[in-house]
Amino acid sequence: VTPQQAREQIGPALTRAAPGSDIDTIDPGTDLRDALDLDSLDFLRFIEILSETSGRRIEEDNYPELATLDSSIRFLAARLPSQRAGFTWQRAALRRFTSHPSGCTG
Amino acid sequence: MAEFLMPSLGADMDEGTVLEWLVKPGDEVRKGDIVAVVDTAKAAVEVECFEGGVFGSVLVGPGATVPVGTPLAVITPGPMAEPKAPAVSAPALAPGPPPPSPASPKVPATPPVRHLARQPGVDISQVRGTGPDGRVTHADVQAAAATQRRPRVTPFARRLASELGIDLADVSGTGPGGAIRAADIRRAAPGAKAPPAAAPPGAAERPAVPLSAAAARPEPQPEAEQAAERQAAMRLAIGNLMARSKREIPHYYLSTTIDLEPMTQWLRSRNRELPVPSRIVPAALLLKAAALAAREVPRLNGFWRDERFIPAEHVHLGVAISLRNAGMVAPAIHDADTLSVADLMARLRDLVARARSGRLRGSEMTDPTITVTNLGDRGVESVFGVIYPPQVALAGFGKVTTAPYAAGGLLGVRSQVTATLAADHRASDGYTGARYLEAVTRFLQKPEEL
Repeated sequence: VTPQQAREQIGPALTRAAPGSDIDTIDPGTDLRDALDLDSLDFLRFIEILSETSGRRIEEDNYPELATLDSSIRFLAARLPSQRAGFTWQRAALRRFTSHPSGCTG
Repeated sequence: MAEFLMPSLGADMDEGTVLEWLVKPGDEVRKGDIVAVVDTAKAAVEVECFEGGVFGSVLVGPGATVPVGTPLAVITPGPMAEPKAPAVSAPALAPGPPPPSPASPKVPATPPVRHLARQPGVDISQVRGTGPDGRVTHADVQAAAATQRRPRVTPFARRLASELGIDLADVSGTGPGGAIRAADIRRAAPGAKAPPAAAPPGAAERPAVPLSAAAARPEPQPEAEQAAERQAAMRLAIGNLMARSKREIPHYYLSTTIDLEPMTQWLRSRNRELPVPSRIVPAALLLKAAALAAREVPRLNGFWRDERFIPAEHVHLGVAISLRNAGMVAPAIHDADTLSVADLMARLRDLVARARSGRLRGSEMTDPTITVTNLGDRGVESVFGVIYPPQVALAGFGKVTTAPYAAGGLLGVRSQVTATLAADHRASDGYTGARYLEAVTRFLQKPEEL
């Protein structure tokens, strides 16, 4: 995901979560919750939509990385590919492990 | 024959605007069916009917603003009674654009009555006729003139009127409380565009009041202006209610800091397992604890009416919801004490979404037995609220913070929240209030049992 693509996911997600919000009008470095007056339910909706469109579950522990527009773009753009790769690799490793349990002990 | 009246959707409502009828004459309605959408200063509200029967005729059409208690429609009791009511065989309520100009003399009234109406500046299209065939009578006009208040004028409308050289006395207001809005001025201006002309079939036969629909459905107004007017009406409604609360209710206030570490930890692990859409926010648990505590301390859950406290049988938890820059509402989550946390969370999301963009129901507006305000999202530590009359208590939660906290003889950094209670001293004493906050604290220590 390029920064531009990330931005294109974030913009509509915010507009859907908080109708009337427009990412072009906010300072990309300020806290989204302050800039767009999001409460915890709005923010959850934002995360929910972003999880859906990016195809990746965003944990509560990731919330600090989604605090601002800039950090959200960085989060989606930079980390998504590597996380996906890591995830796939882990799954592959897990499959290997579960299909050959003996390989582990011996 | 029963009359369906403009309901009072909260202590702060004096009048309402019919936005839409959801049933048409001849439809069978059951008690509790949603029959209309009514706009108050605070929200568009779906109103239920309190009696079953056959929906006979509409007395107040979409767009008209009338005081609480005004008959809006006639309901004939009993199944399938023929809606043969006099005068009202006609009003086919077709959806779509309202009938033409309010100036068109479709109001059934005799010329002398019309003349009479002109004197005190009564808008005859706003008068409900009680004569044969819905005819507006002498008495109707006099009654209307007697009850007519000096209309409010929005500042923008006043400026526009002076710019266009329009006499405000010639303008009938369509805003809340008959307030004159800019759109009314524009319509009154010479050469103003006629409102949408495509009258639905049967529109010409409508009784008096529905004609005013055209007046109240103005041509599109600039959004900013509409929002500003809406906001002004909302501020007025909130201001009136809160002033009444502070005038009548002897508030007492209590506050306590609650250790939320168990709740925060439990929530974190729970949310890791749940699908993202089912994730639970701390507010849902705080609300559940507040509802359970209200059940445990019934003296705070109910209403002050006629100089005495009337306990409520259920816990209908009012939730203060910010409408962003447009004020707030505090509709109820019914039986909040009996809902699972997951259900409560779903109801909360639904309620907030409907309060902000969609529609609330009449029962949600009138039912709250105790209200909770949660300003935690806005970063304040504590909130000492103003009670919604006729309720007798309001609980408040501030921001969930992490701070040094002594627990079990050790000092640690833990999640905590400041919970407060504002309660009516006529109905309870500080001792009762303290029991309430103790109960909230206790429930929050065992989040898994909430």
